[in-house]
Amino acid sequence: MVSSQDQGEPSLLSVRGLTKLFGTFAACDGIDLDIAPGEIHALLGENGAGKSTLVKMLFGVLQPTAGQILWQGQPVSIASPGQARSLGIGMVFQHFSLFEALTVGENIALSLDPKISLSRISDEAASLSKTYGLPLDPKMHVADLSVGERQRIEIVRALLQNPKLIILDEPTSVLTPQEADRLFETLFKLKAEGRSVLYISHRLDEVQRICDRATVLRHGKVTGVCDPRQETPASLARMMVGSDVAAVHREDLGTPGEVLLDVRSISFAPRTPFAVSLKNVSLNVRAGEVLAIAGVAGNGQGELFDVLSGEYPVADHDAIKIRGTSVGHTRINGRRLLGAGFVPEERHGHAAVAQMPLSDNLLLARAHSDRKAFLSGGFAKVIRHGAVRNAAARICQAMDVRKSGDDPAAGSLSGGNLQKFIVGRELDRQPAVLIVNQPTWGVDAGAASRIRQALIDLAKSGSAVVVISQDLDEIFEVATSIAVISEGKLSDAYPAGTLSLERIGLLMGGIHDSTQNTSHEASKAGEAAHAH
Amino acid sequence: MFEAILLTVMTAATPLVIAAMGELVAERSGVLNLGVEGMMIMGAVCAFATAHMTGSPYLGVLAGIGGGALFSLLFGFLTLTLVTNQVATGLALTILGLGVSGQLGESFVGLAGTKLQPITIPVLSDIPFIGRVLFAQDLIFYLSIALIIGVNWFLFKSRTGLKMRAIGDNHGSAHALGINVVRTRYLAVLFGGACAGLAGAQLSLVYTPQWVENMSAGRGWIALALVVFASWRPWRILAGGYLFGAVTIGQLHAQAFGVGIPSQFLSALPYAATIVVLVIISHNRRTTLINTPASLGKPFVPDR
Amino acid sequence: MRIELERRARASTAFAAISPLLALVLTLFFGGLMFWLMGKDPVATLHTFFIEPLFDVWSLHELVIKAAPLILIAVGLAICFRSNNWNIGAEGQFTMGAITGSILPVLMPEWHSPLLLPAMLIMGILGGALYAGVPALLKTRFNTNEILTSLMLVYIAQLFLDWLVRGPWRDPQGYNFPKTISFAPEAILPELLDSGRAHWAAVFAIVAAVALWFMMRFMLKGFEVSVLGQAERAGRFAGFSSKKMVWFALMLSGGLAGLAGISEVSGSIGHLQPSISPGYGFTAIIVAFLGRLNPIGIIASGLVLALTYLGGEAAQLSIGISDKVSRVFQGLLLFFVLSCDTLILYRIRLVFSGNKTEAGA
Repeated sequence: MVSSQDQGEPSLLSVRGLTKLFGTFAACDGIDLDIAPGEIHALLGENGAGKSTLVKMLFGVLQPTAGQILWQGQPVSIASPGQARSLGIGMVFQHFSLFEALTVGENIALSLDPKISLSRISDEAASLSKTYGLPLDPKMHVADLSVGERQRIEIVRALLQNPKLIILDEPTSVLTPQEADRLFETLFKLKAEGRSVLYISHRLDEVQRICDRATVLRHGKVTGVCDPRQETPASLARMMVGSDVAAVHREDLGTPGEVLLDVRSISFAPRTPFAVSLKNVSLNVRAGEVLAIAGVAGNGQGELFDVLSGEYPVADHDAIKIRGTSVGHTRINGRRLLGAGFVPEERHGHAAVAQMPLSDNLLLARAHSDRKAFLSGGFAKVIRHGAVRNAAARICQAMDVRKSGDDPAAGSLSGGNLQKFIVGRELDRQPAVLIVNQPTWGVDAGAASRIRQALIDLAKSGSAVVVISQDLDEIFEVATSIAVISEGKLSDAYPAGTLSLERIGLLMGGIHDSTQNTSHEASKAGEAAHAH
Repeated sequence: MFEAILLTVMTAATPLVIAAMGELVAERSGVLNLGVEGMMIMGAVCAFATAHMTGSPYLGVLAGIGGGALFSLLFGFLTLTLVTNQVATGLALTILGLGVSGQLGESFVGLAGTKLQPITIPVLSDIPFIGRVLFAQDLIFYLSIALIIGVNWFLFKSRTGLKMRAIGDNHGSAHALGINVVRTRYLAVLFGGACAGLAGAQLSLVYTPQWVENMSAGRGWIALALVVFASWRPWRILAGGYLFGAVTIGQLHAQAFGVGIPSQFLSALPYAATIVVLVIISHNRRTTLINTPASLGKPFVPDR
Repeated sequence: MRIELERRARASTAFAAISPLLALVLTLFFGGLMFWLMGKDPVATLHTFFIEPLFDVWSLHELVIKAAPLILIAVGLAICFRSNNWNIGAEGQFTMGAITGSILPVLMPEWHSPLLLPAMLIMGILGGALYAGVPALLKTRFNTNEILTSLMLVYIAQLFLDWLVRGPWRDPQGYNFPKTISFAPEAILPELLDSGRAHWAAVFAIVAAVALWFMMRFMLKGFEVSVLGQAERAGRFAGFSSKKMVWFALMLSGGLAGLAGISEVSGSIGHLQPSISPGYGFTAIIVAFLGRLNPIGIIASGLVLALTYLGGEAAQLSIGISDKVSRVFQGLLLFFVLSCDTLILYRIRLVFSGNKTEAGA
């Protein structure tokens, strides 16, 4: 399919045959794109489709290998973000380009004309944030702000330059549904002022809701241009993924068995200045259950994982029980010996060492729990490299890990393949309790559905599974019960069928009510969330 | 008597303050340069040689600054362009600096130096006590004070300083915003080298106006410790530098008076004090984490 | 024109092997250039510096004597650096090992026993290890940077040695020279061969290098070192303790430096004096990097660096250039090693400004 060229209105931004090669790999391959003035244009595609590379070229962070960018009909070369800004392009990054140690005002000043004084910037930022309903205090340090507030800085920073085009990269991935609604209101205001928005997302419902047109990318190529409202989610998904992704099968998992993981009111002080403290967290998971813990990033998910894995033991030995044994003081390897397995959020540098081969990365998680198989030589603990390599190959086969070479470095694998290996590394030993943090973050759709299916299958075989996730679609796919974490507090767990999206959104915003909730209370809570 | 001691303390503190100031700027931009000792000794030998050959201590000062800066460029090229390990490269710079300075300075050993004379500021120097202490000093002392004020203004008031702090906090984001990370860091490293060179010039032109091999005697390392001590804030460098100057001079006087403690133990005092101070400053992991520039010592390769 | 780096898809094994050699060649080239600038014949001088010592039995022994402490210290440092602990105070641990190892021969000169030498060596190891334990304690307990503390302790150890040999341990019959009494024959590390002075320290060095190579290559401990060095958080996930690693790495390298110290005093000098090392502890840092932090590679690089010391002495005698030249050589070598290592992970490209088509090629 070739992009449609609207004859009537000239495009604000046009892209012709834009290509970016990294070595021999084409992250973007001959992309055409047209954005009309005053439209909200979606750039759809799953992870790794080339969306981020494309917008980085539009914003001058990356330089294209080939192709042309036309701005208001004129060919331009955008050598730097500064140049992009002077053309009238503003950008809100997915991974915020903010500076924690600096104040909000200083952060904003960094992207503006150096001649403007800091105090004037603060004033303008304040008035702008009022106009668009994005409250901000210029004197606050970014380190002290929530993720939603940080996004506001990015937006205000982009707006201060009075841009004609604003690019937002996956803006709602860090927001509660309610916060997302407010963002959409802001976007509609911008549209009404005649500005264009390039909205990058992989969430179909959002795109259908707010976007006038969509360009779909797959493997670096444009696979379709359409009006998303005329399409069905299925047809959009097909353009994004290429084929229908295997749906995750979750038959009734049967009645849950005995409690395998029991956590009673843990509190945990933050270890670093930027961490969240856990407050009185309790949960229990039975055999055959998948407990999903929803929540916006940075609300204590990492800290909860640290405590459950035993990387940071807690003071009260009886507060955590795995299969009935108290493990509060037990470290991660002791918990593994009891049959627990763990998958951390961060692949590089936590779950795996990028520079090391897969076999060494297998050893990383299992040297202790499988020491009979992998170590010999008694006290000297000599590694049986052959046995480790065989096991790694077995896991790669079981999880369909695509790799180049026999035992490549973990860093050379794509995110999805490495994640399959990391999950497979735990599944390989049939853990009785599996705790997974963000299992499919940054993973392509094929790998994601395979991983989700594996989690469900594990529960079906009688294990207890905890899935900590930001992705609500994923949560509804795998969970038998759902709890929500917010500011280090964990809500009660509800059976998956009984919880609406709206209700989860309220819980994510920090509205807890472990007592019964009436509709009246819920609406009051909704107002409170709004005011917050 | 007190005035004389205070003056010697100031002379001992000045090179520490200057070198630490330079390193502070480099570290604020995210570069950990452990080569301060090497740059300082290069500055010392260049300054001494130039002053000796031309007879002008002021040309010596310039040569010291230039020597330190040129030498730091070597570090910059390796760590910023070739992205080598900053710790190892800094050590290499120190080792090379001690070697090259020994080689260059060989023919100057034992020669009389050219001392940088004090510049007496009229009127102000007539103020009792304060006048003689603060306004009848040599050029390098005045420069050290100007440096603190200047660096403080630069980092916290100027836009380039803001960019530099931003790079030190998060070089990836800075790059995404279009700030030239590598160029800014080169400038910071050069500034650090120039300051270390100036500190070296002070050693061989003011503190002990002669050339002695290894005459920096660990001051470069103490300057590095001072930056940690100061939590990367310019004014605290002044306090820390004078504290160390006082310890150094105090132990010298104690040796002269013969307090019954072996001289070696007294000589070890500044080094022991450095350790103690570092322990006190860094024992609170939380505040250390907040103060340390987050990208300090981390390699940066821009993707294009 | 500017230089750009492009990350290789995988580390280049070819450059990993070539890079130390390339660094050597570059060092020799620039060394020659330096001699030429000094008005000497570069080829002849380099010959005197690096080739002549290899054709003489006496200097081959000297080479081994100088290489032994360098290798002993460097293999320990290699483990330390690989675990991301930056002990740069090996010179101090060397000095402390020499002091603690000398307690018996200096204070109990009447004790003649075959146990004396082993006891001295063990005390030397303990002295070095405990001295390195100070920065380990400060790092684990007080979060204090080990680079600065270990370095400060070098100055303190040297001043302490100075005080001992000028004060309480001074040989009363030593004509007021700052030295201790000469060690009894039982306290002297025996020579290996009849042909020269090379002593048992060389054997210790080889054994230590091979043992640590085995540990790094085959044992879980070696794996732990690499994991914690590359990704501390992944190490915690594997159940390894980074605090214990700080202790292990520092005390291992300190112990080996201590062994080098007492071996040097017992085998080469025969008494304590204010200066017992031509900077072995610092030069060993270069040895470790030139050997690519691999214990077997360090055996080779230790010999190379020992040669720079020897060449410096030879050049001073026969050509009349200062032996400080060896320090310059050592510094240059480390610089080139570090630069050449960039080639292992990156492809280097020259970009001429204004030439846009080149970008991304």
